[in-house]
Amino acid sequence: MLETLLPILIFTALALAAIGAVRRMRLWRQGRPSPVSFFKGLAAVPRRYLVDLHHVVGRDKMISNTHVATAGGFVAAAVLMIVVHGLGITNPLLGGLLLLASTSMFIGSLFVARRRLNPPARLSKGPWMRLPKSLMAFSLGVFLITLPMVGLLPEGLLEGNGGWLLALVLAGVVAWGLGEMFFGMTWGGPMKHAFAGALHLAFHRRAERFSTKNGGVGRSTGLKALDLEDEAAPLGVEKPADFTWNQLLGFDACVQCGRCEAVCPAFAAGQPLNPKKLIQDMVVGMAGGSDAAYAGSPYPGKPVGEHAGTPHGPIVALEGKSLVDADTLWSCTTCRACVEECPMMIEHVDAIVDMRRHLTLERGKTPNKGAEVLDNLIATDNPGGFDPGSRLNWAADLDLPLMADLKQVDVLLWLGDGAFDMRNQRTLRALIKVLKAAEVDFAVLGNEERDSGDVARRLGDEATFQSLAKRNIATLSQYQFLQIVTCDPHSFHVLGNEYGELGGPDVNANYKVRHHSTFIAELFEAGRLSFAPWKGGSVTYHDPCYLGRYNGEFEAPRNVLKALGIEVKEMERSGFRSRCCGGGGGAPITDIPGKQRIPDMRMNDVKETGAELVAVGCPQCTAMLEGVVDASAEVRDIAELVADALVERPAADAPDASRRPAANATAEEVTV
Amino acid sequence: MQPDRQQQQQGIDVAVLVSIGRHPTTGRPRRAEQDARGLELALAMEAELPGTRISMLHAGPQDDDSEAALRGYLGMSTGAGMGLESMTLLEQPEGSDAIPALAAHLANAAPQLVITGARAERGEGSGLLPYALAERLGWPLVNGLAAVESVENGVVTLLQALPRGQRRRLQVRLPAIISVDEAAPAARQSAFGPARRATFAITPTTPKADSELAQWQLAPARKRPKRLKIVKSASARDRFKAAAAKSEGKGGQVLTDVTAEQGAEAIYKLVKEEDVLR
Repeated sequence: MLETLLPILIFTALALAAIGAVRRMRLWRQGRPSPVSFFKGLAAVPRRYLVDLHHVVGRDKMISNTHVATAGGFVAAAVLMIVVHGLGITNPLLGGLLLLASTSMFIGSLFVARRRLNPPARLSKGPWMRLPKSLMAFSLGVFLITLPMVGLLPEGLLEGNGGWLLALVLAGVVAWGLGEMFFGMTWGGPMKHAFAGALHLAFHRRAERFSTKNGGVGRSTGLKALDLEDEAAPLGVEKPADFTWNQLLGFDACVQCGRCEAVCPAFAAGQPLNPKKLIQDMVVGMAGGSDAAYAGSPYPGKPVGEHAGTPHGPIVALEGKSLVDADTLWSCTTCRACVEECPMMIEHVDAIVDMRRHLTLERGKTPNKGAEVLDNLIATDNPGGFDPGSRLNWAADLDLPLMADLKQVDVLLWLGDGAFDMRNQRTLRALIKVLKAAEVDFAVLGNEERDSGDVARRLGDEATFQSLAKRNIATLSQYQFLQIVTCDPHSFHVLGNEYGELGGPDVNANYKVRHHSTFIAELFEAGRLSFAPWKGGSVTYHDPCYLGRYNGEFEAPRNVLKALGIEVKEMERSGFRSRCCGGGGGAPITDIPGKQRIPDMRMNDVKETGAELVAVGCPQCTAMLEGVVDASAEVRDIAELVADALVERPAADAPDASRRPAANATAEEVTV
Repeated sequence: MQPDRQQQQQGIDVAVLVSIGRHPTTGRPRRAEQDARGLELALAMEAELPGTRISMLHAGPQDDDSEAALRGYLGMSTGAGMGLESMTLLEQPEGSDAIPALAAHLANAAPQLVITGARAERGEGSGLLPYALAERLGWPLVNGLAAVESVENGVVTLLQALPRGQRRRLQVRLPAIISVDEAAPAARQSAFGPARRATFAITPTTPKADSELAQWQLAPARKRPKRLKIVKSASARDRFKAAAAKSEGKGGQVLTDVTAEQGAEAIYKLVKEEDVLR
């Protein structure tokens, strides 16, 4: 009896799955077009899955092994089952392999079940709680129906009266498993992540973020530019259908593991943002409906079930509620911790900025100080509204070389808007002392420099960003330099990763940009700097998001600290898992209230290490962390630590003895 | 009472006069601060009084800089159905007198309410335009507007801002001109999308050169010395009272029923006393 029932069950499930797949694809196709290389993408899936995705999943060895056993077992078992039981090719060897695959899957599902016994808060419940049972049903069912084939069970067991009942029960178990694994995969069950996830890997909007066989860097963090020339193109995302189709596909791939939620600084601070919920809301919007079925942590302070949306309805309502509230979108600090942790390679920050673009460019609804800052950027080229002619006032006594005079130098020092901030001016003065001590051939743009456009872009004002960027590119194109050095990771990111797209046919806007810590580390290695031994207390280091996660620079700042004789006491969350200071993405400007402040949490992290000093490498981080009341540690920029430790190089090391006196004089002149 | 009032409330035609502003630090063209507040007032009226129709009016040359600044105003209407997809540009060369062109257009278009900023950020900036327009059109003028409260049967109820946070409620028969300064609500953010989509209805005028302006010599403004207000007081309470109290106008005098000569003499005497004239 099973011989007739099984093929029917299997092919019905497959047919239903195929119908579901077509329906699901039509949901994705509601999005705007986005060109992908179809066959190349599909061909890249195995590598992207086995290398890049597993690199992320493998950070949790238990889950990674569980997933290998379960998913690997399932894929093998499913294929073999179709061959053996669907097509009726009863080869004992295939049967043996099928037994092996289903056993592997069953063992994996035991571990899945164990994790679901007392699941952490970040995991979604609801349908996800039944998944381990469904996995077991499938693997056990397949195992049992395959046993007779390899002769491990007497042939006659499934015949006779009792056998009929047993066969029916077995068929029921298999049907349950098939329902979850085949039917549920394309009809919106938990297994949807496998179907959408595989296609998402193939057609990812940032194909360059994956590694290649030749050892590609696999980092793609710059936001994609809006085409402002095309007046018909929407300015950002108003409704779910305004996302590109592969963004929608990406949302659908979410496996609701909540790793993003666990690392999100805004969520931890009690601001109304949860990256996982946001992605699920996009899925709800894409399919149409309400978020009532969502079974994970809500946005802090916003109960589930009050929001609903449609593919062609607004995501943020003009009045009242629709899919997402605006303050959710403005809570994000664009720290990319969620993107870094996401095993499904979903791009949360892109989506948030896309939606912010609509709010700013079409509705003029940038909250709190947003409008003022944007107006300042338009009128004065800096967010504070300062006189652009006063950009170098802090360096009146330093006699800084200007690009306008020199035209050609090795290093263009990009000051950033910290030039208007009295705290950051100390950092800048320290950095200049270091550059002069190392006899670096450098110059600054001075009053020709403008804000890089970072804040404008992340507040959604792409028009102001592009205006600033294009004028900066025009200025930079007049001069010749080997590299740009800056102490502002935000400028670093924008100049290095986001200007390239905006250069014209005859203007190359791809610059070699270095953070000052990278540059100082190189100067030290080249023997151009000498330091006095460190006499201070214990030190920890805070990785700026825009230096670390955005640009992959984790080592250089630590190397500089090591060169200073400092042994860094690492915080629990450091390196690629560093927690944001709360200063990115215009978050201090939009200032969405939460239960606590993000920088306070970060200074608590510092306190836990017992460090007396926290070294930073970003003006935003300095400002945010120094703003913490009653902090246990002092906040110093790496440039300041280096400048304080500078000593004369031993005469023998000097590359050119005749230049020594001049260099000494310069270093002394620049006392901070 | 309330429902009756609601029924009598009606939308009216509002014309907002906008000029090209000038950023105080960088001198870049922008939407003028006060004119933008005027438009904000009109947009608030539109939200509260259904049927209100806003038209925007600028007299000046058409070039890239002024267009960018004017689009700053157009970007303030972000909802559907607001009558701001377009504005009227009374085209005339730089240095022409705006008043005759505006007066002619307003007399023709006959809006019931004209809103304007109190003082331009470029050019003379004398703040006389609202008065000159009111004189030409023969309409009443209210300055220093804080809010438009209601419109009933051709009478508008206004809230006028007086110094030190005081407010005066006025009822004015339409048509009227109102001018706004810093007391009016701050202008909303200007959005790029609507600003870019908006169009200009360019209306040619017969430009009249501003003969007065041509004779003037323009120079950067100097900071004027400010009279120090010395509050002799021992306690914080006294200082607070001095800061918050209504100006008592001590030493002033109210002249009524005097001839123009007597009035002028009194003013002349005062400016002498105050060392404005030496």
